[in-house]
Amino acid sequence: MLKGRHLIEPGDFQIEEIESIMQLADNIITNPKGYSLVCKGKLLASLFYEPSTRTRFSFEAAMLRLGGEIIGFDDPNNSSVSKGESLGDTIRTIECYSDIAVIRHPREGTARLVSKFAKEMPIINAGDGGHEHPTQTLTDLLTIRKYKGGCDNHVVGVCGDLLFGRTIHSLVKTLNRYEGITFIFISPKELKMPENILHQLNPDSYRETTNLDDVIGELDILYMSRVQRERFVSEEEYLRLKDYYILDKKKMRKAKEDMIVMHPLPRVNEIAIEVDDDPRAVYFKQAKCGMYVRMALIAKLLGVEDNND
Amino acid sequence: MINVSKLKKGIIIDHIEAGHGFEIYKELHLNDIDDVVVLLKNIPSKKMKQKDLIKIETDLPIDMNVLGLIDPNVTINFVKDGEMYKKIKLTLPKVVEGIMKCKNPRCITQHEEVKEIKFYLVNEDKKQYRCEYCDAYTTFMEKE
Repeated sequence: MLKGRHLIEPGDFQIEEIESIMQLADNIITNPKGYSLVCKGKLLASLFYEPSTRTRFSFEAAMLRLGGEIIGFDDPNNSSVSKGESLGDTIRTIECYSDIAVIRHPREGTARLVSKFAKEMPIINAGDGGHEHPTQTLTDLLTIRKYKGGCDNHVVGVCGDLLFGRTIHSLVKTLNRYEGITFIFISPKELKMPENILHQLNPDSYRETTNLDDVIGELDILYMSRVQRERFVSEEEYLRLKDYYILDKKKMRKAKEDMIVMHPLPRVNEIAIEVDDDPRAVYFKQAKCGMYVRMALIAKLLGVEDNND
Repeated sequence: MINVSKLKKGIIIDHIEAGHGFEIYKELHLNDIDDVVVLLKNIPSKKMKQKDLIKIETDLPIDMNVLGLIDPNVTINFVKDGEMYKKIKLTLPKVVEGIMKCKNPRCITQHEEVKEIKFYLVNEDKKQYRCEYCDAYTTFMEKE
């Protein structure tokens, strides 16, 4: 039963519960009209303390497509935060008006903190600094399920900024709970996977390398990520690392015929535009999966999924 | 050698590493209790060369969790009717609440007032704990 629960990190839900969200997303994709009024009369608070295109729009599109409505802000300077209001007070106030809230914040652990102030309103973490991004994980899982037939038994290459990549942290921890997953972590030494994530994995289930060319032929899934300028203190360090990996047609020739390339977007230079036409590039389809899976999540947390026609 | 009278009831915290006694005194908030408390420091010890020791004549329960963090090698003796009836050695607590602060500069607890942050033990040898909010590892006794 997911009604009334918070989603702060993917570990908050059992695999069976995640699978039930995937199943509902599949149903919504098949019959979107049937779900177009399930959230009628419900209000989603969209609290974005940090810029976002895909996540915010996909949440707002998801709520609107379920027949619900939205309040919120995408610039904290337009809220009482600019007057020094605490997060706890903000959330307690918002709960007076809304049925469910989505929060993105640059500080790690923010969603967990605000969930302690919400008495009945489910809180969804839409990204907290470099920590977690669980709805991107649901998006990624739906994409893998759709384009690889399921989430078990894959060799998954994760490439780019593994240190600050919150989408990556959430995805790796979750895929680790599926059967037969092997990870190959590909990153510059400065952006390696943090030890608190590695500690959670079986040492036999992963290896680390700095060279994408050496391993691309082994992969079933290649998950690329952007080196995030906003996480660096030193601009010089960012400029040195930002183009460390560029996936192009030449590299794709070494990959399996049925490998898929994923990316949480936005991309900068890490995937050359020439790769977009390759049928193995699924990152724009992945973005669409994001809206459907968020529709399913909202419906589940509000307990309205059975109100469909 | 200073003599301190024998304890009738309460707790003796023994084998404290020399110099840590006052820290334990502070962390246990012994200043706040009205019972008799004696802190002895730099006592000659065969095993440790020098040690600190605290005697607390009280019936009040005292949270020993913090002791495991400050000095897991201390011994705690419980005294009743002038006799020692229980002796325990400490280990690091699995969960610590309200004592530590997260060292991750990006953690929300560094920017908002958050009380009673929980930390979960992840590595006993390194005294590493995981912050309940950001999951970053923090080692106890790191300087603030």
